[in-house]
Formats: sequence, C-alpha cells, structure tokens
Amino acid sequence: MWTWFYKLASPPYVYGAAAALAPWFLGFAALAIGYGSIAGLAIAPPDYQQGEAFRMIYVHVPSAIMSLTTYTVMAVASGIALIWRIKVGHAVAAASAPIGASFTILALVTGSLWGRPMWGTYWAWDPRLTSELILLFLYVGVMSLRSAFEDPARGDRAAALLAVVGVVNVPIVHFSVVWWNSLHQGATIVKLGAPSMPGSMLWPLLSMWLGFMLFYGAVLCVRLQGEVLNRERQASWVREAIKS
Amino acid sequence: MTGGDFWSMGGYARFVWPCFGFAYAVLGWNLWSAWRQRTAAKIRAARALAMAASEAR
Repeated sequence: MWTWFYKLASPPYVYGAAAALAPWFLGFAALAIGYGSIAGLAIAPPDYQQGEAFRMIYVHVPSAIMSLTTYTVMAVASGIALIWRIKVGHAVAAASAPIGASFTILALVTGSLWGRPMWGTYWAWDPRLTSELILLFLYVGVMSLRSAFEDPARGDRAAALLAVVGVVNVPIVHFSVVWWNSLHQGATIVKLGAPSMPGSMLWPLLSMWLGFMLFYGAVLCVRLQGEVLNRERQASWVREAIKS
Repeated sequence: MTGGDFWSMGGYARFVWPCFGFAYAVLGWNLWSAWRQRTAAKIRAARALAMAASEAR
C-alpha cells in the first residue's frame, strides 16, 4: 500500500496525471456550468418570496461551498506534506490557495449583491459573512507566508502550518448560521436530510456545484503542473515533460 | 418568460446580471492565470536545463 502511496505522490506521476486529467475536467465543467447557467437563469421558476433575485443562488452557493472545499483540500495536502514529508502535498496546497481565494471573493461579492435587495445592505457584520471574510484572510496569509521566505522549503512549511491551523475556521463558517443569530439563511443543500428545494430549482444548482468542482479540478491540474515544474526543474524527467 | 422579462429579471437585473458576469470573469481569470503560471514554469525549467547542459560541457 505504501509503495502505491509513494508512487502516487511522485512528481513525474503527478505531472503526467494532471496533464491527462485537466482537459477532461475542463470539458465536463463547461457542460455542467453551461447547463446550470441556462437552467438556473431561464428554466427554474422564480422563488415565491425572493422572486427572480433568488437566481443568484446558482453562483453564490457553489462558490461558497467551493471556498470551504478548497480550503479543506489545501489543509489536508499541507498536513500530508508536514507529516509524511511528501513534497507534492506542498505543491497541491500552493496550487489550491489562489483558486480558493478567488472562490471566496466570488462568494463574498455575489453574497453582497444578493444581500442588497434581500437585507437592504451590501454588508453586515454577520457571523457567516465575517467568518467567510476570515477565510479570505487565511488564504491571503497562506499565500503571503509561502512567498515570504528566501528558502522555499521554509516557506512551504510555514504556509502548511497556517493552513492546518486555519482549518478550524471551516466548520465555523458552515455552522455559523446554526450557532449564532444570523441574517443569513440556513443550509439549503449541504445538510442532514433532504434539500429544502423543489427539483426544478435543485437540479440546476447541483449541476453548477458539480461544474464548479470539476472546474476546480481542471485549474488545480494546470497549476499543479506549474508548481511541480518549479520544484523539480533540475530533475531529469522534466526535459521530456516540457517537450510535450 | 418573454425576452423583456428575462433581461429585467423581475426588477433585479442590476443584481443578477453583475452576479453572473462577475462569476464568469473569476472563472476566466482562474483559467488564464493558471495557464500563464504553467507556461512561465515551463520556460524557467527549460532555461535551468539549458544552463545545466552548458555547464556540463
């Protein structure tokens, strides 16, 4: 099992797998996001309370979920890199950070666009919004810390430590609407029990969520190739890899 | 839903369309920056290999 684990984490294997997977992830992401956008904007019925404004859910919810998922991936990869000293873990974490930060910015901006007509304000120091803003600061902190050291290995270790410690914020973001009084509505799909939406509204949302996950996979693969090349540029296998 | 209804989004057009537009812009930026980062890494790796080869000679 350990042989398989270490083969899976070897830089040439990861580079090749990422190169092979990226176009597939991107193709299926385009299909899922394309269907989700059309169905979400034109086919799903308006909400009985929020009217057409609820359609922002098709962008806001997938980006918010992906901001948490990407952070979790980054923290797990950092943990693996710290515990087993697997360098590819640092590369996965470094590749994930800017993608996760962009999903977090997207969640905050689309959330404030939704908040204006529904709550009457673009921003409130609400537990969900504030913890999501802290998540953005954590992403920025991880990226800044990685590039703050002259020795890249020290930067990787410091960033990994912050990523692992910061993962405590992930359940805080998710459960903030349960633990504290919040303007923000409760969970719609990521919860115990059935989703609180009819199928005509739910399917486009699930399609967008799947599309965002596949898109993350595609961008992660491309960024991971760059990160692996940066870390392995003296290795002999790189000569063959960059020809393709 | 008529064409006019679709674009007006029940009076919420100024929130709904920027929301989707910003989302597509962020997704596009992600793809562009990832490709740019990989291309730059390839160029750096090619330079490093060329330098190593010239030093070996």
